[in-house]
Amino acid sequence: MKHIYLDHAATTPVDKEVLKAMLPYFSQKFGNAMSIHAFGKEAEEAVDKSREILANFLHCQTGEIIFTSGATEANNLALKGVVKSYWNKQNTKPHIITTAFEHHCVLDTCKSLEKEGLAEISYIKPNRDGIINPLDIKKAIKKNTILVSAMYVNNEIGTVQPIQKIREILKTKNYKLQTKILFHTDATQAINYFDCDVKKLGVDLLSFSGHKIYGPKGVGALYIRKGTAIKRIMDGGDQEFSLRAGTQNVPGIVGLGKSVSLIEFKNAKKLLSLRDYLIKKVLKEIPESKLNGSQKFRSPNNANFTFADMEGEGLVLGLSMKGIACSTGSACSTGSLEPSHVLLALGMKPEKAHGSLRITLGRDTTKQEIDIFIAKLKAIVARLRKISGNVLKEYYLENK
Amino acid sequence: MDYSKKVLEHFIKPHNQGIMKNPSGVGIAGNPVCGDLMKIYIKVKDGIIKDIKFETLGCAAAIATSSMITDLAKGKKIEAAIKISRKDVADSLGGLPPVKMHCSNLADQALHKAIENYKLKK
Repeated sequence: MKHIYLDHAATTPVDKEVLKAMLPYFSQKFGNAMSIHAFGKEAEEAVDKSREILANFLHCQTGEIIFTSGATEANNLALKGVVKSYWNKQNTKPHIITTAFEHHCVLDTCKSLEKEGLAEISYIKPNRDGIINPLDIKKAIKKNTILVSAMYVNNEIGTVQPIQKIREILKTKNYKLQTKILFHTDATQAINYFDCDVKKLGVDLLSFSGHKIYGPKGVGALYIRKGTAIKRIMDGGDQEFSLRAGTQNVPGIVGLGKSVSLIEFKNAKKLLSLRDYLIKKVLKEIPESKLNGSQKFRSPNNANFTFADMEGEGLVLGLSMKGIACSTGSACSTGSLEPSHVLLALGMKPEKAHGSLRITLGRDTTKQEIDIFIAKLKAIVARLRKISGNVLKEYYLENK
Repeated sequence: MDYSKKVLEHFIKPHNQGIMKNPSGVGIAGNPVCGDLMKIYIKVKDGIIKDIKFETLGCAAAIATSSMITDLAKGKKIEAAIKISRKDVADSLGGLPPVKMHCSNLADQALHKAIENYKLKK
């Protein structure tokens, strides 16, 4: 059975060049990058080299790159670190604006700050197309707003957020009110395909991880613009400019640097046409199917559909049994009763959100694989629809 | 999701799946908001469930539990079918992940509602 992986937003395989670059740093060049002897120096050089690669890629200084264990940690550091620094100088609650469809690590960090009484949070909903209206962020700004956190590309529906427009609003506000509202973006799903030049984006903080860009799991980075008021949230040694304690994951950092150096935006074009081919075929050949989120302002690798009279876990399992990997926003696949918060944030009814499927293509996805996938998908949708019959429609008729 | 072999079998090839014309009783359980909706049809003759069918909108566990409960209820007297518990369903499937136990509950509810419906119509 041919295995077809279409879940690249969940994780990606490590590129063989990345693995090759990492290997020496496990058992040969294994020094602790903080040690002052030759073994340490060797490791430190590798870390510095990666830092330089990231700094060039993001158009920032090396001193503005902090390595972490991933995007989750980077997001935690960005939000909690800024709030921690704030409380060092002030004694009234700060306000943070974020979006209602951020990744769980941002949302849960915000909820945790709220619960601990450390911040008040506004969660801005996207429009039906899955895009945040910058004016909604503007309206939410208050006297005590210190930070806006808006993801660059949504991980479930792939929609691209107006980062530069948000930046313009903050720039104007900061100028007029003499405030210093900081701007953070979670760029985990954007790094592969979109310009992350931090000067152009105008962000103060930017997070991403290695394992979405053909690098290893367990490593990520946070860009922190020089002069940003932020404190570390993990105490210990002075690694990472005293902003993130803990012995550096040298092989991971080397892998992250290598995977960033292998990013080629020209891949995006090929993926875009494959993705559009997939979307066109699915919408044409599978009745009662809908694309979730804007097709135009969307990551070139993402397609997220809702199929009527269907439940997502059944779809994913059925596809998996045929060798195909996708994911779903259905509650049944997570163990909670609520389906995807992203789809709900679009204003979708829970029962529709349960019938969703996310397909994310990768560098090596071929047209042949898409064709095989669509053939299997059609069969599973038909089978599950036969099993569900008209139960949903009848339920609505009876419960009007 | 850690599903048993039996659950997967019932998911791939459910038993007694379909619509029944002129059922003696029909029961629906579940809620689309939670993602699971089960409908059970029964044909009763001489106090015995002669035939039983199901339709389910739900995850693999929901489909498997509906399928299994039709197996357990078919050919049984009404009084015996009423006694089928969600534990019977889960055990017959070789167990369910804890987070999926509510599916066996729904299957049980749908069967009970079908039996109630039959008794009302009598």
